[in-house]
Amino acid sequence: MKTRKDTNVSADLLTVEGLSIAYGPTAVVHDVSFSLAQGESLALIGESGSGKSTIAKAILRLLPHSEATATGRVALNGRDVLGLPERQFRPLRGRELGFIPQDPASALNPVRTIGAQAHEAAALLGETDPAVRRGKILDVLEQVGLPDPVRVYDSYPHQLSGGMLQRVLIALTVLPRPSLIVADEPTSALDVTVQKLILDMLTELRQELDISLLLITHDLAIAAERADSLVVLKDGAVQESGSSWDIFTAPQTDYARSLQADVPALHPDRYRAQRTVFAAEPTHDVVSRPAAVASRSTGLQIDVQGVTKRFSAGGKDVLACDGVSFAVERGRTHALVGESGSGKTTAVRLLLGLEQPDSGRISVAGQSTSGRSRAEVRDIRRHLQLVYQNPFTSLDPTWPVGRIVREPLDQFGVGTKPERARRVEEALASVGLPTDVASRRPAHLSGGQRQRVAIARALVVRPDVVVLDEPTSALDVSVQAGILELLSKLQRELGLTYLFVSHDLALVRQVADTVSVLRKGQVVEAGAVEDIFSRPQHTYTRALLDSIPLATPAAALGGIAAEAKQPAKATA
Amino acid sequence: MTAILSNTQLRDLGSTPRKLTAGLPPATVLLSFAVVLVVILWSLVPGLFTSLSPVTGDTASKLAAPSAAHWFGTDYLGRDQYARVVHGTASSVTSALVAVLIGLVIGSIIGLASGFRGGWVDAVLGRFVDVLLAIPGFLLAVVIVSSLGFQTINAAIATGVSAVAVFARLMRAEVMRVRGATYVEASYLQGGNRLHALLGHVLPNAYRSVLVLAVLQFGTSILIIASLAFLGYGDPPPASDWGLLVASGKTYVTAPWLVYAPALVIVTTVLSVNRISRWLRNAK
Repeated sequence: MKTRKDTNVSADLLTVEGLSIAYGPTAVVHDVSFSLAQGESLALIGESGSGKSTIAKAILRLLPHSEATATGRVALNGRDVLGLPERQFRPLRGRELGFIPQDPASALNPVRTIGAQAHEAAALLGETDPAVRRGKILDVLEQVGLPDPVRVYDSYPHQLSGGMLQRVLIALTVLPRPSLIVADEPTSALDVTVQKLILDMLTELRQELDISLLLITHDLAIAAERADSLVVLKDGAVQESGSSWDIFTAPQTDYARSLQADVPALHPDRYRAQRTVFAAEPTHDVVSRPAAVASRSTGLQIDVQGVTKRFSAGGKDVLACDGVSFAVERGRTHALVGESGSGKTTAVRLLLGLEQPDSGRISVAGQSTSGRSRAEVRDIRRHLQLVYQNPFTSLDPTWPVGRIVREPLDQFGVGTKPERARRVEEALASVGLPTDVASRRPAHLSGGQRQRVAIARALVVRPDVVVLDEPTSALDVSVQAGILELLSKLQRELGLTYLFVSHDLALVRQVADTVSVLRKGQVVEAGAVEDIFSRPQHTYTRALLDSIPLATPAAALGGIAAEAKQPAKATA
Repeated sequence: MTAILSNTQLRDLGSTPRKLTAGLPPATVLLSFAVVLVVILWSLVPGLFTSLSPVTGDTASKLAAPSAAHWFGTDYLGRDQYARVVHGTASSVTSALVAVLIGLVIGSIIGLASGFRGGWVDAVLGRFVDVLLAIPGFLLAVVIVSSLGFQTINAAIATGVSAVAVFARLMRAEVMRVRGATYVEASYLQGGNRLHALLGHVLPNAYRSVLVLAVLQFGTSILIIASLAFLGYGDPPPASDWGLLVASGKTYVTAPWLVYAPALVIVTTVLSVNRISRWLRNAK
């Protein structure tokens, strides 16, 4: 990272100087400056709304002309991008400036084959012979690690997985050999192991082809691992900039420090202290809870034994759960870990009674859930609540927050009207939301606030067991930290038992006591979190652990991760 | 009937501008609202707009051309055509409203049931809707009026029945979209039963497009009922349904205003309603 002093060095590929962007009267980016040298990589980090994507759009000249005004200087190879007429800028698109979008599924045209769309990118090479173009496309598809380029070439986007689509997009981006690639959260829609493979591939390609990278991400761990220098943004202004090493090991500003503290991989023991207090005296809070709950003295709150579930999809049988067993003690947190398709979601749905298992036994708080009538399952659900993965879809957009949180009370017929109102207020207060949100609709809340509403809704009936289905995967890292803080506080205060479903091992290490690793419907490894993390037995678990950014001292990084852990522990 | 009309219509008028946070709707939409407002007032308080009688006329001034005294001219009995249009509004608008309500209510129930239950319910109701769709709507309406009797209210019922299929289809599609939403599943986990999920979550999230269609269908219904009245399938004279006015005016080639004036009123009303419907669809 070069500071503003030496931006006149002609070696800089991209120079941004005093860039300010406003949508109408509202300024969203204030006086941002940075520069990126040929062959280097730079990461823009910030939360949603920090203006990082807006800056990327300004560099790519994708801002809506009529609504946004950009002032300042954005120079690519010394030519001012902002001032260039469209006719002169267009040849730069693709050839000089490549773009990898965030969501691969929506960036490709669903009704055309990959090959047909790749020809558009290949046309930028100036090659007119379709056969030669095809050859080049197949070459680049192979280069990005797609196993069967010819099949991919003839496929439609829906026939490929998310990871494959992202590879296709990267292939199309590097095909015209741009000198700069702008990648907007290129892996946030993908599984962790796939994320690692994609980032590795991108790093390799970059070195091979000498392409510069402008990486936009909210994940400091990824940024530090993959970029030479960082620019930390908050509310559209640069908080801190410098080399990845410097910022990561010794953040100067409060904001950068808090971002660093929120990276789960660096602080495996962040919530440990809070929880062990409870674990030491497990019955402390339980006593004050409703007698019906406390009287059940079995230690196991969730007991799943040999559960199997088979789905038939598209003519063939899929074994979603194959003899899955796990158990969770009262007041503890158990994590189910696995990638998409590993069967963790099915296991949760079986537990909640949304699906019936083909075989096996599930009991919650000593009561078996299988083979029960609808009314009995409903009774069990009172003690078993779920917090969904995506707070943007789990709250009815037409309902005000107060009614959403009151819904379980209304449906289970708990208390009188004033009592319910009081409990809704308490629930909202306990998740740290002001009382006035009760009258607002979900659309007026941020992602973190919505997830707090979802948690309040789950807790308002005072359940014993809460299933957390990737509760933070749709949220920013710093918001995630707030939610985890809240969940661990509530667990301590209410003696809750959590089943935490996640693909993020770093997160699991922070919050869980025990863990089951799922793969293709089977538990491949289970045990205490410390054991699994320090002595993984199964190769799949090792692969998952390796995919945590910065969890292991990666060769590319040298010792950053190892060193970063020292000051981190001190602050935690 | 007029009371229901006023409530629903005025509620539409009152609630739509509130939804707009970014200033006023486009000028054409405002104009359309003005037209619809005038039409509603015509049907509610025709006396305010004309002091002339639609039934008795002055035969001395029959077939007079439009003038300051008679805006739309006079017919073969010397009755003021403007007064007849204004007084005929109530019947035309009310019957269109009845038609829309029939289509909306029956269609929505069918759509809700088949979309939410699925399975054999969907199969049976779906084929019923297919049959309705297979018969041209206007033809179906003609058949129904022929069997029920030549009255405007029967024309309205017929128009409503022929619109059921469209409402059912749209409602079914919307319900199926919402049915799979996470918040519906969440409501089961919160102890809700299926009826609660249907009325509490599915319906409030599914009805908007259907309401937009209802506004559009209101315009179409005015047109169909006017066509039926034109063919004599409505109330007989001296009623002055808009369609009937066009029909009776067409005999007098020398007095083209007898056709053009009510026809223009029909066209303007239908276009205004369509414009509002399109605006509602985009605004939601």
